[in-house]
Amino acid sequence: MSVFSLPAVQAILPQLMSIAWGIGKALIVLFGVVICGAYMSLVERRVLGLWQDRYGPNRVGPFGLFQLVADMLKIFFKEDWIPPFADKFLFVLAPLVAMGTMILAFMVIPVTPDLGVADLNIGVLFFMAMAGLAVYAVLLGGYASGNKYALLGVARSAAQSLSYEVFLGLSMMGVVARAGSFDLRTIVLSQQGLWNIIPQFFGFIAFLIAGIAVVHRHPFDQPEAEQELADGYHIEYGGMKWGMFFVGEYVGIILISAMIVTLFFGGWLGPFSVVPPFVWFALKTGAFMLFFILIRASVPRPRYDQVMILSWQYLLPLTLVNLIITGAVLLWVGGAA
Amino acid sequence: MLFSFYIPALVALAGALGAVLEHRPVRALLNLVASLLAIAVVFYGLGAPFAAALEVIVYAGAVMVLFVFVVMMLNLPHEHSGKRSWKSPIIWGFPLCLAVMLFVCLSDLLLERGHVGLLLGNGQQAPEQVGLLLFGPYILLVELAAFLLLAALIVASHIGKRSDDIAASPILREPSFINEIVSQGQSEAEEVHSAARCEMKEEASS
Repeated sequence: MSVFSLPAVQAILPQLMSIAWGIGKALIVLFGVVICGAYMSLVERRVLGLWQDRYGPNRVGPFGLFQLVADMLKIFFKEDWIPPFADKFLFVLAPLVAMGTMILAFMVIPVTPDLGVADLNIGVLFFMAMAGLAVYAVLLGGYASGNKYALLGVARSAAQSLSYEVFLGLSMMGVVARAGSFDLRTIVLSQQGLWNIIPQFFGFIAFLIAGIAVVHRHPFDQPEAEQELADGYHIEYGGMKWGMFFVGEYVGIILISAMIVTLFFGGWLGPFSVVPPFVWFALKTGAFMLFFILIRASVPRPRYDQVMILSWQYLLPLTLVNLIITGAVLLWVGGAA
Repeated sequence: MLFSFYIPALVALAGALGAVLEHRPVRALLNLVASLLAIAVVFYGLGAPFAAALEVIVYAGAVMVLFVFVVMMLNLPHEHSGKRSWKSPIIWGFPLCLAVMLFVCLSDLLLERGHVGLLLGNGQQAPEQVGLLLFGPYILLVELAAFLLLAALIVASHIGKRSDDIAASPILREPSFINEIVSQGQSEAEEVHSAARCEMKEEASS
């Protein structure tokens, strides 16, 4: 007679199973995201190489697939050094914030109808909160380094985040108004028949630009511009702490791609019912991850005052007008106010 | 449920104390950020997820980033922050009086009416309900806030204008003290520039 046949255990078994499945789903998403993020470093170098008519890393393993293992071994065994002039506590805290906020934000993404960590009724706001807190990673890392290049990176990052955060939120509000909910699962389900990319095209443009700025990828990588600031805010970092910034950035790219897919491209929805939902989600997200790399390979970097002018003078009015028109159309179609 | 209230409440108190007692300015602000995040958890536990999200986005995410940024740029030395004299009763006497008054009111409320706070925890207040309340019975407050923000916007754009733009526009020229401040700042900037140029010339000649 096993433990599972006892009546008391029988009574709480369904609950235990659902808790275990909840933890399991969270772990699947966590490891999936982190492994994909780490592997994106290899994918980026290979794809960039192909687009620029060269090979990229292709020596370690078939197609260079084990290059990541070599890189990770190097990062793990590198000396974990903290500069003597640094603020030690904040210096260690910053990479944790960088990676932690990005992974936490993945909590609200509905991957498939069954897979997803949490369905918050404030899902969109939770994403914005995490994007807002991610700024602290750059601020603290740059400040704690005690380095003037790092501090210049911090100044640029603060100016940039003040400009993009306003229209990052506003660009999503049209989608929220259409779905009538902040819950990302409801937003996906509201796109059956018509993806938001068509009625919310301007919202999509603004969100795409803001998303690139959130993860400060090229062309919005002024905080870490290699050519001018010699890597900006993480100039003093090395080894595993630098690795966390690095993987955090790639996790951020996956997060933004997944958010674009969820908000504007119908999440797991797709035309053929034979294809499982996860495949649709992965295909769309992968396409946007490649798009991020393509942008990096092709667009020059603007000055940061140009970025601020673009944000405040063009994108902010664009999102406001988009929101007003969306509201008007919704009231017109829906009838009652 | 009780633990999800008391633990973040304790963290919030500890963060607030840290913000007051910490000598290094950036650390003090980070204590305040931790305190705000803990308050957001308290809101969430009480069934107000919308308020919790706004607390993180607006206070911890936007306002405190500005504070931390400005303090970093001021580059204050680690020990000196003007807080050494906090032990003198003149500094803490008045705030203590205010805090005691608030505490008396609060304890009076709690003792007479019992569980005032439980009303919030009875259910989740969805974001839709907050929106309906704000644009229904409380519309006047929303519009007042809009006035305030518009005034702040106009002032900010005025201060941000260049002085030649101000001189060209009769409306913007009106408050003359701002012009004075701007021209003063310009002359100071020119002095610094010319000093720097002299230094560069000296270095070049030597």
